[in-house]
Amino acid sequence: MVVKAQIHSGARGKAGGIILCDSELEVAQATDRLLGKKLVTNQTGPHGKIINRVYIEEATQIEQELYLGLVFDRGSECIMVVASTEGGMSVEEISQQMPESIIRSKIEVAVGMQEFQAREISFNLGISPNLISRMSKVIIACYRVFSELDATMVEINPLVISKENDVLALDCKMSFDNNALFRRNRISELRDKSQENESEIYAADRGLNYIDLDGNIGNIINGAGLAMASMDMIKLAGGEPANFLDVGGGATPEKIVKAFKLITSDKKVKVILVNIFAGINRCDWVAEGIVLALQKIKISMPLIIRLAGTNVEEGNKILEESGINYIAATTLQDAANKAVKALKNLDNNS
Amino acid sequence: MTILIDNNTKVIIQGFTGKIGSFHASEMIKYGTRIVGGVTPGKGGQTHLGLPVFNTVKDAVEQTEAVSSILFVPPAFAADSAMEAADAGIKVCIAITDGIPSHDMIKVKRYMRRYAKNEKMTLIGPNCAGVISPGKALLGIMPGHIYLEGQVGIIGRSGTLGYEAAQQMKDLGIGVSTSVGIGGDPINGSSFKDILEKFEEDKNTKAILMIGEIGGPQEVEAGKFAKENMSKPVIAYIAGLTAPKGRVMGHAGAIVSAYGESAVEKVELLKECGVLISKNPSVMGESVKQALKGI
Repeated sequence: MVVKAQIHSGARGKAGGIILCDSELEVAQATDRLLGKKLVTNQTGPHGKIINRVYIEEATQIEQELYLGLVFDRGSECIMVVASTEGGMSVEEISQQMPESIIRSKIEVAVGMQEFQAREISFNLGISPNLISRMSKVIIACYRVFSELDATMVEINPLVISKENDVLALDCKMSFDNNALFRRNRISELRDKSQENESEIYAADRGLNYIDLDGNIGNIINGAGLAMASMDMIKLAGGEPANFLDVGGGATPEKIVKAFKLITSDKKVKVILVNIFAGINRCDWVAEGIVLALQKIKISMPLIIRLAGTNVEEGNKILEESGINYIAATTLQDAANKAVKALKNLDNNS
Repeated sequence: MTILIDNNTKVIIQGFTGKIGSFHASEMIKYGTRIVGGVTPGKGGQTHLGLPVFNTVKDAVEQTEAVSSILFVPPAFAADSAMEAADAGIKVCIAITDGIPSHDMIKVKRYMRRYAKNEKMTLIGPNCAGVISPGKALLGIMPGHIYLEGQVGIIGRSGTLGYEAAQQMKDLGIGVSTSVGIGGDPINGSSFKDILEKFEEDKNTKAILMIGEIGGPQEVEAGKFAKENMSKPVIAYIAGLTAPKGRVMGHAGAIVSAYGESAVEKVELLKECGVLISKNPSVMGESVKQALKGI
């Protein structure tokens, strides 16, 4: 038997998440060893992911390990099937070490996958003729999953041929299009919050675009592109961002309050940088939102605020006259420099 | 001259009577865009903001001779609306809607293949800020006043980062011929290359600022196009230096999943194509200024 840790990550085998057992006792021991523990793989980050479930299945006598993956090919805007005879390794490793083993097949989505395409992939994998039809069925089934469930990735690794000459999926990973979840209730129900970062769940439930990172400069920005750009500036100024946070182009006062709550609950954060480019939502309105947020949430760390765009003078005046404790910045560069400097001052004083 | 839209372009609004459609319709009318009506199925025959409402895009095109549309339809229905626009003979459709499923967008792209090149609708977006030809027409959600009229084309994925660039340029006295937001989704109507092609043909555009980000092959494809086919300088900034691999950075399309999709790799590949690189987002305007000096 095999006991497999069920976490949202690949590379579990090397991290000790897959245990081969010879007896029922060993299955019980392996299960005990895994459940409730955090497994750190090279994909989970240093904090690892908690194991709440294990999957126990019969050990398979493997004849051959294959790789099968389906992804969107953004260049051709088709669904691309990627297969390789070198299963068991990650697709990145395969493409680095055995690029010649990779088979690619572009599927035209308007007509879907044809049987000959699945057959071609199967033959190119070099498997024996009596298994071609079985293998083709598996490939077509994966395609159906991809197109009928709004997937963005379906990966079976390894897809194995057993000693008994059967085609078996020993692992499977899927990603789904967040934008399509409104029509995929059964997929939404599978969401397992125990596998997600707590702050990220808090943010997602409040309509904020947030990603937790390892640095210590927390930032609150409107718009995804500007958020990435501001993080770049922090990095170039010698700092590290603690997060990606896009409060939405409009930067409404409600979102700003939620963003401050989120950032101040992050223990890594030592300095906060707010960068808002106000367009139709003028700077004066955004500034009032910030002042309102800071009346509700007390901040004891350095706060850098940079406003730009419509009515920037009025906005800055509101901030200055509000009596809030902050450092004003003019450009993106200025904001990032001041954030890094504030951080250095903290380090020097401690 | 401008690309895509000017002060004569007759425009209808799809998703006209909704809150967002109404708000931005008023802003666009204020700017001087020739909005001639809108479409909301079931509300045909009514008047909204003093303009006629139609049930179908076909009706709207027949009666108003509109050639462009801007789309504020909710994500679940937006792909359908884009195809309806293409079928009704709309030439330029700008999809503002954020959150359209990728599978739907692929369907839209396939649907549009039935039209001959000269009859095919140009789709901009989705999940974009729209298009502005300063002083002439605004078909989008951007604040019009931050754009100075001029001769530099802008193409970008992000709304606010594009505003940042326009503001930096304005502060340096540099104006914009047309600014095009192609949107942050993985499957979009027009790519960086598609828009570069239009700017190359536009006599009034002297240089182009391309504001890209991590994810997908489009920025690099545009770089290759520029190297082989363009006489005008292209300046680029790529956002997402600090983005971790495999994570979606706000925009559905901003995810590094293959070689050549990270910011560092894109910058290297663009440099090889002779594209001028703006080293950081604080000097986008300055980089454009330097490029203009070289002409």
